[in-house]
Amino acid sequence: MVQPTQQNIEDLAGAALAELSALDSLESLEQWRIAYLGRRGSLTVVLRGLAGLDIEERRRIGALANQAKQSLESGLEARTREINEAALLRAAQEDRLDVTLPGRYPAEGRLHPTTQIVREICAAFAGMGFSVVEGPEVEWDHYNFEMLNIPKGHPARDMWNTLWVDYTNEAGEQPMLLRTHTSPMQARVMESRRPPVRVIVPGKCYRYEATDATHEWHFYQVEGLAVDEGITFANLKGTLYEFARRLFGEERRVRFRCDYFPFVEPGVDMSIDCFACQGASGQAQDGGCRICRDSGWIEIMGAGMVHPRVLSGVGYDPDKYTGFAFGLGPERIAMLKYGIDDIRHFYANDLRFLRQF
Amino acid sequence: MKVPLSWLRQYVDVNLPAAELAHRLTMAGVEVGEVQETGGWDEVYVGSVTAVRPHPNADRLRLCTVTTGSASDGGVEELEVVCGAPNVAAGQKICFARVGAHLYNAHSGRYETLAAARIRGVESQGMICSELELGLGDDHSGIIVLPDDAPLGEPLSDYLGDTILDLELTPNRLDCLSMLGVAHEVAALTGGAVTEPEAGYEEAGPPAAQRVSIAIADPDLCRRYTATVIDGVSIGPSPQWLQDRLIRAGLRPISNVVDVTNFVMLEYNQPLHAFDFHAVKDATVIVRRARPGEKLTTLDGVERVLNPENLVIADSNDPIGLGGVIGGANSEIGPQTGTVLLESANFAAANNRETAQAMGLRTEATLRFEKGLRPELAPMALRRATALIQQVAGGTAAPGIIDVYPEPPDSPPTVTLTMRRLRQSLGMDVGITQAQAALDSLGFHCAQSSRDDGDSGGGDAGGALEVAIPWWRNDVNIEDDLVEEVVRVIGYDAVPTVMLSTPIPFHSPSPAIALREAVKDLLAAGGMQEVINYPLASMELLERAVPVGGETPPMRIANPMSATHEYLRPTLQAGLLATLAANQSHGPGPFRLFEAGRVFLPRSGDLPEEVETVAALLAGRRSETSWHNPMGGGAAGGGGAMDFFDAKGMVEWLLERVGIGGAVWEPGEHSVYQPGRCAVVRHSGGELGFVGEVHPSVRERFGLDSGPVAGFELRLAALLEALPESERHFVSLPRFPAATRDLALIVPADIPAGRVTGLILRHRLVQRAELFDIYSGENLAPGTKSLAFHVHFQAADRTLTNEEVSRSLDGLLRTLEREAGAALRS
Repeated sequence: MVQPTQQNIEDLAGAALAELSALDSLESLEQWRIAYLGRRGSLTVVLRGLAGLDIEERRRIGALANQAKQSLESGLEARTREINEAALLRAAQEDRLDVTLPGRYPAEGRLHPTTQIVREICAAFAGMGFSVVEGPEVEWDHYNFEMLNIPKGHPARDMWNTLWVDYTNEAGEQPMLLRTHTSPMQARVMESRRPPVRVIVPGKCYRYEATDATHEWHFYQVEGLAVDEGITFANLKGTLYEFARRLFGEERRVRFRCDYFPFVEPGVDMSIDCFACQGASGQAQDGGCRICRDSGWIEIMGAGMVHPRVLSGVGYDPDKYTGFAFGLGPERIAMLKYGIDDIRHFYANDLRFLRQF
Repeated sequence: MKVPLSWLRQYVDVNLPAAELAHRLTMAGVEVGEVQETGGWDEVYVGSVTAVRPHPNADRLRLCTVTTGSASDGGVEELEVVCGAPNVAAGQKICFARVGAHLYNAHSGRYETLAAARIRGVESQGMICSELELGLGDDHSGIIVLPDDAPLGEPLSDYLGDTILDLELTPNRLDCLSMLGVAHEVAALTGGAVTEPEAGYEEAGPPAAQRVSIAIADPDLCRRYTATVIDGVSIGPSPQWLQDRLIRAGLRPISNVVDVTNFVMLEYNQPLHAFDFHAVKDATVIVRRARPGEKLTTLDGVERVLNPENLVIADSNDPIGLGGVIGGANSEIGPQTGTVLLESANFAAANNRETAQAMGLRTEATLRFEKGLRPELAPMALRRATALIQQVAGGTAAPGIIDVYPEPPDSPPTVTLTMRRLRQSLGMDVGITQAQAALDSLGFHCAQSSRDDGDSGGGDAGGALEVAIPWWRNDVNIEDDLVEEVVRVIGYDAVPTVMLSTPIPFHSPSPAIALREAVKDLLAAGGMQEVINYPLASMELLERAVPVGGETPPMRIANPMSATHEYLRPTLQAGLLATLAANQSHGPGPFRLFEAGRVFLPRSGDLPEEVETVAALLAGRRSETSWHNPMGGGAAGGGGAMDFFDAKGMVEWLLERVGIGGAVWEPGEHSVYQPGRCAVVRHSGGELGFVGEVHPSVRERFGLDSGPVAGFELRLAALLEALPESERHFVSLPRFPAATRDLALIVPADIPAGRVTGLILRHRLVQRAELFDIYSGENLAPGTKSLAFHVHFQAADRTLTNEEVSRSLDGLLRTLEREAGAALRS
């Protein structure tokens, strides 16, 4: 039995702490604790021997012994923490991720590119006070042609190769067709309300037409119509110029040239300067611009002042009211914006195409 | 319409580069699709054949001495050329290619550089060219013989080269189907003036009016008929200049008289027709409707059966031509023709178009008559053509012309243009001086009107013009047509660019469009890809998905492009299933596809009902296979193939998100879906749509990969009706805790889980309930199943005590026992 002397206590504590610093596992620490601080541990036993000392000695040595115990306990605590931290560090090293592995995607869904571009077009016009309306895809000859100043037998009907519905009325006529443009809604909207009118009409159209890289028999169109007192060709220019800037960038320039649609007069088509080559190919002979085919300009829509016969046909006074109308092909806009080289991709619904948008 | 500049220059000075001219025409509405250049031959000159001798070693070849007039040491340079053409002769002007020229070689089929060569032992120092070798045509049977006045030694490109503008005309610009019409357009754009051609000729003998009798029986179909008679013509090939003109404009030369009619048509726009006078019985022409069943063999050799809708030119007995469409073979000009009856008439546009369409004929004449030529044109073109026939075919014209014109108008057409209308339409002031200058440049004749336009106070910005419409324009009929004429000359850049400033009209927004777009957004957010299919399909494709036909078969297209696109779809399913099948060939998926589009339901005597529908298909594993989950499991619902509940979950979530509560799910029947795996979803009695797993035999008919395909189809109108009227309202967050009890119930197997859930949810204090386990089999009595729920009890105003929860639970169990035969599982 070790006597509880100052020397012994200091030796014991020194030896214990030296031993502690060499330990490196939680198990050996526990054994160390039992060996020194346990119920039968060396220091505990020494402390127990204090009872045999006189009062003075007991107080002095007792204080020393308690100090030693505390230093052993805090040493144990510190060493335990060190070993735990080292273990965590080791574990973390072993648990490293290969952060270059692909992540987990949520299920992916997208809107069809036509939906996206139609929305973009509608939003641009909505910002200028145009409301969206839609009309039937199966139409009467009356709305698709006659109300648009294209009577039966008019040579201009050749501009729209028509798919006719197999339906014959009592008069022996075949008056039902798949609309060849969204323009019939001009007449339908104006018939249903008094001026002012300011609408855009997105929707599907159909033509009896062989398909190639730039022609589809089934396609979308966005029609626009604004009618009121005092609406002029200058407003047509302002509206369509603003549209071109919103879709193709602020620096866009526009150009109008004379064109013919029986339901407008004057009639024009609008081009924008090429956003790919900034219109430069028009001048440079070596251009090589795929988008504008070196013309520097890209035709994007037809437009014009509503023909007085269209206005009088729906009961509007053409001397009082004027207006403009326009129509554009969203697929063509999307093809230009996204560099799509073949319109037939749109409705082939190959997911490898659709997922790019 | 092909416009050779060499021809156009006959009427107007073209002082611009071709590209610039093409640009200006295009901007003014006469679109130039292409500018074609011919020529560019290096080392090819106008030459002359001075002597022709036989080749010593070959019967078919000859040795020609050729000169281009250039000087050499001993005087004029002469070259020896071997030539195989049968038509070569001394004294001809020819196209001579020197060594080094780049020519088409008919034997190799390529362009090659001409080298000096020995041909059968004789050196040839160049080549006398055919059309084919110069790329001017297909003829390789002989050499090109140039007119005698061709300038010797001139580079051929300068002499024969040309620029051809290929116009892509809109249907209104009939005028630009003629050289003179284009010339007037060019004059307006360049500030030039138009020279009209000479139309004078010698006349002799009895007057034309005594030679032939002409009557119009149906003046509604023929407004004017003019004619001349030319005796003693000799029919033969046209002179080279005339042939060249026609060839370059894309027409085939036939014979001198016929070529003149075509030439004048291209010059003036007026189609003409030449009859062999002696084939016209009784020297009588009657313009009348055909008799029923009357027959005419037309110039194309086809015998046509006519009806009274067709206008014919007839002699005293029979039709000799289909008026304004095509001539008759019985009166055709031929080598024997000595006297020509030349017709220049005006036929009604609509009838002409109908006849041509009915006969399947799109002749150059119809292309013009169907657009409405002006009657003034007939005698002008007639005189010009008579003069030219005399020039190229000889003969004597009978004095005067025959002119049958039942209802000539009092005065030429005029249209008034007020400066007020210009301002109202364009949004800018165009001074009357500028407007008049623009119209004058196009050949309109303007007179300032005394009429004041009423609101501009006169001056240059006011007033009006009385505008006479020139004979070549048929497309200017109303004031706004003149507005366009003015603005296309002054240029659209001159018009200001001004935003709309009128008040924005109120159009009530369409809730249907808003809902459809919201549904599309949600489905895409839910992981579904939007597709857009053609609304026309074949009957066969539709029938693979759903039984069609029946009492209301789908609507058919009368003139389908192919059987693939013949019927208007009554369902979105067929297109979607075909799209799925096509995409399955590119990979295993997973596929989540939807389409929001219209289906077409026929209505008697009316447009079809166009039903906005959204349909979807889900196929493949729930998530893509990857290193995380090689078997494609892992997402909500665990691994494996998507099934009915993936489709149902999508619809439940969709309804919840658009704000439709209280939808009722019941077993349903739909031909696309497998019986027993199909639900109908209703709301307030109305059918919102169907959810199901695609019927195995439908899958097989579309050739889909094995494995379930789930889908749904919803009617947007029904969804719209089910939408709550009011806006959504905030419900306070619960302030007091919920108490949760687990409830394992034994119920008869045929009780739907939805019914039990409904009973629980309707019970007092129950706030929500989740079905977390379904079990049947071992340890359960046959004909029963076990349903286990987490049931959450909650009150808005207090924390529930244990006793309260227990009392409520006891009540719930009694209800479940009574209503669903449920018992607690022990």
